Amino acid sequence: MGALVGPVHLGAANVVRAVFAHVLGLRSPLHGADDAILWDLRLPRVVLGALVGGTLAVAGAAYQGVFRNPLADPYLLGAAAGAGLGATIVVAYGPSGSVSRDLLPLAAFAGAAVAVVVAYALGRTAAPAGRAAALVLAGVTVASFLTALQTFVQQQNVDTVQEVYTWLLGRLATTGWREVGIVLPYALVAWIVILAHRRLLDVVAVGDEEAAALGVHVARVRIAVVAAATIGTAAAVAVSGLIGFVGIIVPHTIRLLVGGSYRLLLPLSVLVGAGFLVFADVIARTIMSPAELPIGVVTAFFGAPFFAVVLRTSRRTV
Amino acid sequence: MSASLGGVRVVDGISAEVADGEWVVVIGPNGAGKTTLLRALAGLVPYEGCVSIFGEDARGLGRKELARRVALVPQVPTMPPESSVGEYVLLGRTPHLSYFGSEGRSDREAAAAALERLDLTALADRRLDSLSGGERQRAVLARALAQDAPILLLDEPTTALDVGRQQQALELVDGLRADGALTVVCAMHDLTLAALYADRLLLLDRGRLVASGGAGEVLTQALIREHYGADVAVVGVPEAGPVIVPVRRASPARDARAGPR
Repeated sequence: MGALVGPVHLGAANVVRAVFAHVLGLRSPLHGADDAILWDLRLPRVVLGALVGGTLAVAGAAYQGVFRNPLADPYLLGAAAGAGLGATIVVAYGPSGSVSRDLLPLAAFAGAAVAVVVAYALGRTAAPAGRAAALVLAGVTVASFLTALQTFVQQQNVDTVQEVYTWLLGRLATTGWREVGIVLPYALVAWIVILAHRRLLDVVAVGDEEAAALGVHVARVRIAVVAAATIGTAAAVAVSGLIGFVGIIVPHTIRLLVGGSYRLLLPLSVLVGAGFLVFADVIARTIMSPAELPIGVVTAFFGAPFFAVVLRTSRRTV
Repeated sequence: MSASLGGVRVVDGISAEVADGEWVVVIGPNGAGKTTLLRALAGLVPYEGCVSIFGEDARGLGRKELARRVALVPQVPTMPPESSVGEYVLLGRTPHLSYFGSEGRSDREAAAAALERLDLTALADRRLDSLSGGERQRAVLARALAQDAPILLLDEPTTALDVGRQQQALELVDGLRADGALTVVCAMHDLTLAALYADRLLLLDRGRLVASGGAGEVLTQALIREHYGADVAVVGVPEAGPVIVPVRRASPARDARAGPR
């Protein structure tokens, strides 16, 4: 559907045949320009949306699991603030033009990863066993510090506010398959590692101490899952900016529908997250067509009210 | 063994031995170190000294090996509300699985047997947050049973239960002990129940072991007054053994200790 909707009508049957033709190396049934619209513009964007959505959703579910906190999202340990600072520095001080465009994902990725590593190290000095509450507090601390830095940099370079702001709101703009290639390896690593921990996340749900009494090294599980989720989130943020709420809405919807076991929750989060973000992107580029809405606005528009509902229903367990 | 929490020595040089198949009840006033002692035995808090399990040093055992030998039922277990009873009991198989492994048939059978033993088979698909207090207690016991560990540590297993459920839970543990050569170490507040079920009692006060032995030796008026600061009468009841009854009487010593009422 994401590949079908757009200013140029391509036809469903043609789109399906063209995709198969490209994958199998055959001749596409579409004409040159139409084929380029499909293969170089729309499909990369759909695939990127699916990768980013699946990664943010499964990372959110994993964070909620290791921190036993229903309000945890992939940005909990400062990944968003770190990426925001990295991107702002590049936009403000970096070289203009295409170099900056190449540098921005790198800086965002590095910022997100460094923020989480610092938060983790800080949390561990407070609680050597890597306890959940200490890590969350450390994440909040690091995030507010980095956000303050980012605001300062932005204040010093007011002319770049527009560009930074656009990036912060998240967008799935692609230039061919390049972004997909950037995200794919990280997303796959994140998915595989997180899904491999699905049974252990069910054990962690009974609490650090009881999980330890069942023979599980909770701190090890936590660091492995946080590392995987961070790699995936940082890669997603690097190419698509800060897309909020996917990591919260998707896992909670699945919890409400099929229950809390991570064996089902994690694989379904990948699938539903992918579908949800592709769908949100369709809305983002059609609702005010030909202008495009930042996708972060769309997910937040649906996410915020939903979040309120989740808060109400999960009140007894928070 | 000694253990400290936040710089305070909570368990202070306790030395004790528990025989195979024995039921030992740890008693003592609030803050005596009962819970910390059990947590140390389960390897959850660092300690000085030595814990030896079937002749092996517990420190030399990995977390998983320890969990295969010792199962702990905490005083207030965390029960994920959305989990089903069956899923929860299956978690007891964790020490028998590899890191990324998943449960096999023998694990599902062990969990099913534990559910059956605790009369929970009909509730296997129920969510944990829909259970009554007694059912929750049985689900936790079933999880510990599925763990298939020869040593069972229970921290205040009856505190949240009414008198009937208390009796059922303790009879159940006694039955399990008879079936499976289970060794039970249990912390309890109710001295009468402790006397009723224990083979042996350990009385702790401020981290130290101050008395141990059968109910007749430990549950004396003098020891209870000294360590609990309580005035009690110890009454012998033929079907119950010693029954501990709180009493009030004018006593200068108590008035001085407790102040005016």
